[in-house]
Amino acid sequence: MRFLSASDPGLRRQLIGLAILAALLLVALPLGLDAFRLNLFGKYLCFAFVAIGLVLCWGMGGILSLGQGVFFGLGGYAMAMYLKLEASTPEATKIQSTPGIPDFMDWNQLKALPLWWEPFHSLPFTLFAIIALPVLFAFIIGAAMFRRRVGGVYFAIITQAIAAIATILIIGQQGYTGGVNGITDLRTLHGWDIRPDSARITLYFVCAGLLLLAAALALFVQRSKLGRILIAMRDQEDRVRFSGYDVAAFKTFVFCLGAAFASVGGAMFTLQVGFMSPTIVGIVPSIEMVIFCAVGGRLSVIGAVYGALLVNLARTSFSESFPELWLFGLGALFIAVVMAFPSGLAGVWVDRIEPLLARLLRRKTTTPASPNAPGAPEPAPLARDPAAGRRPGAPSLNALSANPLPATPMTDAARAAL
Amino acid sequence: MFGEYSLSELASIFAMQGFSGLILFSVFVLMALGLAIIYGQMGVINMAHGEFMILGAYVTYLVSRAFGQLPHALFNVYFPVAMVAAFLVAGALGAFVEWALIRRLYKRPLDTLLATWGLSLILQQLYRTIFGAREVGVTMPEWMMGSLKLTDAIEVPVNGVLVMGIAVAISIAVGVMMYRSSWGRQVRAVVQNRTMAGAVGIDTGRTDRLTFAVGCGIAGVAGSAFTMIGSTGPSSGQLYIVDTFLVVVFGGAASLLGTIASAFTISQAQSILEFFLSGSMAKVLTLLSVVVILMLRPQGLFALKLRK
Repeated sequence: MRFLSASDPGLRRQLIGLAILAALLLVALPLGLDAFRLNLFGKYLCFAFVAIGLVLCWGMGGILSLGQGVFFGLGGYAMAMYLKLEASTPEATKIQSTPGIPDFMDWNQLKALPLWWEPFHSLPFTLFAIIALPVLFAFIIGAAMFRRRVGGVYFAIITQAIAAIATILIIGQQGYTGGVNGITDLRTLHGWDIRPDSARITLYFVCAGLLLLAAALALFVQRSKLGRILIAMRDQEDRVRFSGYDVAAFKTFVFCLGAAFASVGGAMFTLQVGFMSPTIVGIVPSIEMVIFCAVGGRLSVIGAVYGALLVNLARTSFSESFPELWLFGLGALFIAVVMAFPSGLAGVWVDRIEPLLARLLRRKTTTPASPNAPGAPEPAPLARDPAAGRRPGAPSLNALSANPLPATPMTDAARAAL
Repeated sequence: MFGEYSLSELASIFAMQGFSGLILFSVFVLMALGLAIIYGQMGVINMAHGEFMILGAYVTYLVSRAFGQLPHALFNVYFPVAMVAAFLVAGALGAFVEWALIRRLYKRPLDTLLATWGLSLILQQLYRTIFGAREVGVTMPEWMMGSLKLTDAIEVPVNGVLVMGIAVAISIAVGVMMYRSSWGRQVRAVVQNRTMAGAVGIDTGRTDRLTFAVGCGIAGVAGSAFTMIGSTGPSSGQLYIVDTFLVVVFGGAASLLGTIASAFTISQAQSILEFFLSGSMAKVLTLLSVVVILMLRPQGLFALKLRK
């Protein structure tokens, strides 16, 4: 059980990080915010699910998906369909020309519920579908592409096209999907009203709890052998393949895992916001989900959560006060995070703030009498010593800060394809 | 469904439908050519490609406004001037972007993608601040409006013919530049083996900058041509980006001929499907088939045979 040994400093540090995050999400925010703001933060947390999935896929595996919005949407729409069916009882919809079907279907002259909507009457099926649908979809995409050794930029373009197709399809098939307005006017979850403040607070805690679970799972994956193989694949894919690993299977697995995370986020989004629409599925939101992950630090699970929170918080406050500036700010953020801070907030924390803290602490405890004495030992080496102080649990981040992002190697096939 | 038309009427309908497919084809070719150079030849993902096109469109709009102040005879010839201006402005911005952003990211293609997406957001907001959120259109000289009567029943719009002409001219120009000029040889050498190209004395940095600038300049010309068939808004560029990338990738990224062939396939498929289905479903089906084909055959239609 080396994994659980508390003497492992990398693990200890990640557990502390998780504990601080848990304290923030479960204690500090609920105490400090009113129900409205808390609901807003709950919405941000939904995007953190996607960001965590992207840390695994993109930061570790080198698979950049620009279609995470599709998986977010799959979960969101599955949940919304269940809630909509529950809200569309024959009594509640008796003014429609066909009672008992969702209102937008009635507006679009549909006479009966489409067959593929039927299973969503059942809550267990819906919950199953929220996980199974995106995993199945991701598996098909991943198996088709990774088996052919396609990756990198090519994969990003294809997933982006899939996001575009999904949006056009949802908007075009108004009668079946609610079109551009999405599925709105959702009321109860298995008889429990999700609209009052008390329900929203409960949902926030459910969302935060699930997020912490997802983060713990992602940390587990990151620290496991799988995590090491992912990083090895990202940096030297052929060498991993020649060592006898099935590269495509590992990539497909992590892509499916990321899709499942995104889908759970989408389902929680629907529950907390009360609607689901194609504006959260398409190209623009999908690529913004990548920036949440990049801002937090593409290799740091905990960082990704903070990234999602901060970028969304900035968006809300900016677009309230300076709507014109927000796009400039977001654009600059994209460029800055790529050019100047490739390892994101987590990198800034590890490289700048922690050494500073360590120096301050050390100065206080060891040399209180002569802080400026010329002969005093320089405290920096301890903090700077890669073996002793810095993240042995995440060697890749050290490599990252030393050498800004190793190039993602493309396979021969992908090179030939590009 | 064909019962109520006579045979000659049907022929005219198909001719005109085919012609609108050809206009779509020209639009796709214009959009994709710049990207075929930047992505296909250099391997750089430029998500701001659409915004470079819009820049060309806005330059054309400004030139048409400026010529509106001049005597009427001059107004008739503003369009060529506008296209050259669009090429130069978009090319200059491209050179600057390459210098400031892209050249630092050649080894990190996924990061280039994110950085250029950021650039596209900034440019969009810039257009919105300068030109306003409303779409703008240019006033066309009289000779560019109306339609040509080919037979009694078949009419083709003049601006469509012009767009096609521009597409053909630019395709030929790009082909000549890539395969006949010394610059094209240098570009291809750098793409195939950067180290070796540098070793034989090619200034790879300069080649990269020039290539990126030319690609962006062609995007500008494309945008200029689009003003003839539609109006321009700050976020119009984003609508094109998926289509454009799919056209280039579907064609087999390193092949200019493939780009043109795939633009033809996709545009014809889409305009024929539009005849039978609603517009959005035609688009979904076309894009979906392209994506599925690309999943099964990632190298696209025309694969470059290279030993790596």
